[in-house]
Amino acid sequence: MRESESAWRELAPRTLARLLRSYGNDQFELCEDAVQDALVDAHRQWQGQLPDDPQAWLATVARRRYVDRVRADARRRERETRSTRLEAPLVHDTPDSDSIHDDDALLVLQLCCHPRLPRSAQVALTLRAVAGLTTRQIANAYQLPEATIAQRITRAKRRLTELDRVFPKPHDAVERLASVLDVLYVMFTEAHHTTSGAPAQDTDLAAEAIHLARLLRQAVPDSTEAAGLLALMLLTEARHPARIGPRGQLIPLDEQDRQRWHRPFIDEGLALLDDVAPGARPGPYLLQACIAGLHAAAPDTEATDWSEIHALYTVLEHQTGGRNPTITLNRIVAQSVVTGPADALSALAALAQEHPHLPRLASVRAHLLERSDRPDEAISAYRQAIAATVNVAEQQYLRDRLRRLAR
Amino acid sequence: MKYLIVMHVDPTVLEHLTDEQQQAIGEGHAAFMAKTKESGEFISTQALGDPSRSKVVRSNGVEPEVTDGPFVEAKEFLGGFYLVDVEDEARAIELAKQIPDARIPGLALEVRPVVFADLGND
Repeated sequence: MRESESAWRELAPRTLARLLRSYGNDQFELCEDAVQDALVDAHRQWQGQLPDDPQAWLATVARRRYVDRVRADARRRERETRSTRLEAPLVHDTPDSDSIHDDDALLVLQLCCHPRLPRSAQVALTLRAVAGLTTRQIANAYQLPEATIAQRITRAKRRLTELDRVFPKPHDAVERLASVLDVLYVMFTEAHHTTSGAPAQDTDLAAEAIHLARLLRQAVPDSTEAAGLLALMLLTEARHPARIGPRGQLIPLDEQDRQRWHRPFIDEGLALLDDVAPGARPGPYLLQACIAGLHAAAPDTEATDWSEIHALYTVLEHQTGGRNPTITLNRIVAQSVVTGPADALSALAALAQEHPHLPRLASVRAHLLERSDRPDEAISAYRQAIAATVNVAEQQYLRDRLRRLAR
Repeated sequence: MKYLIVMHVDPTVLEHLTDEQQQAIGEGHAAFMAKTKESGEFISTQALGDPSRSKVVRSNGVEPEVTDGPFVEAKEFLGGFYLVDVEDEARAIELAKQIPDARIPGLALEVRPVVFADLGND
């Protein structure tokens, strides 16, 4: 994302929030379309040269586009009433509400991440209405046809209009925050999925997710989970340059060249943890960020504080009521470093009974068997792991291990 | 998550369809496409020609060699596919069940995850 573009795209959710305040939440569909039109206009007309007041420019154009759309929509029953309301100025334009609303981004995020929308719709809508991406850019990021994304967004907006006729008040923040956090995290993890082994994409979903997590952190500065999510993303993204090898294969943590980690993100992530972690009652994102922080602070795998990592995973496991088997799997990996592969293998067998198709379970098993000097079993476990994964970079890496062992 | 729903067809089964079944298949596919497009899950679909039209290119150990006919001799062959983008495997299976072929004995649908995609968007 170019610097200037990122600056003005932040204005998208603010513009949308202003329109919604004036015309009502039941106008979400038309308002969002209008903001999107205005962004496309901005993209075409600004060309890196920002107007004096970009926010006012966008609001004016978006409002004009909204008016055009309402007028063109002859089927609208309340057309006459709305026409009169259109003549009234934007709520934001009145002198007593001149300040920028800090919670604008949050309000629009909350709308887009409505818990009743399917996850893929929440993500697509957030990328468009909050991150200000075009449908084409979103389609690009997910390697989907533009029509598929456009349809998903249209449907999501219709559904929102049915679900939620009242623009959420800030006191809803906590209620929907969990959903917002999850949507941003899914967006972030999908970024790593789509970029692994695939050709470089125009649209960097990880950068978008981090950008949105920053917006969220600003909007709810008291939330340690919002801070935790941002720190988790920064600390994970920092490792990205060292994570994929020249042939597109995954490079595991213990083999990564830590010199290639992105230092500014690590520093920022660790500083954020220093700020919020002490004394906080940690939620799942803050806990995961603390684990990522322990990895980031260590010079290599040997010097990593694995017993602390194991302890944090145990807390995380309890906190999520054991409902997330991936956390248990990660706890077992940490355990294997602390107490050796034998105990870990039996813990893994128990987990496999309950979750036979858990992603990465087969590859963890293969590793532990290899470390236990049981090469024949490790070879067949690697074969299972290759068949089970749908990630090309991971497949490549597992094939490398298998070839090394089968030699 | 993208899934390929592969349609396996058997020419002898297709020959013995009743007019009603034939019509139900045609209408069923049109309805299926309309529905998945509306839900934002449809990516694309292709129906393939008869395997007798196939040419197979494979190495004879020295260079690529071209032969006539299908890759494998089998009663069933690949008739076409739907490419969809859905939340999870359960949804892909749910969709496969809605394809009219799922109600014709002798035809089958195979659901497989896609691990890499490039749709040629720029």
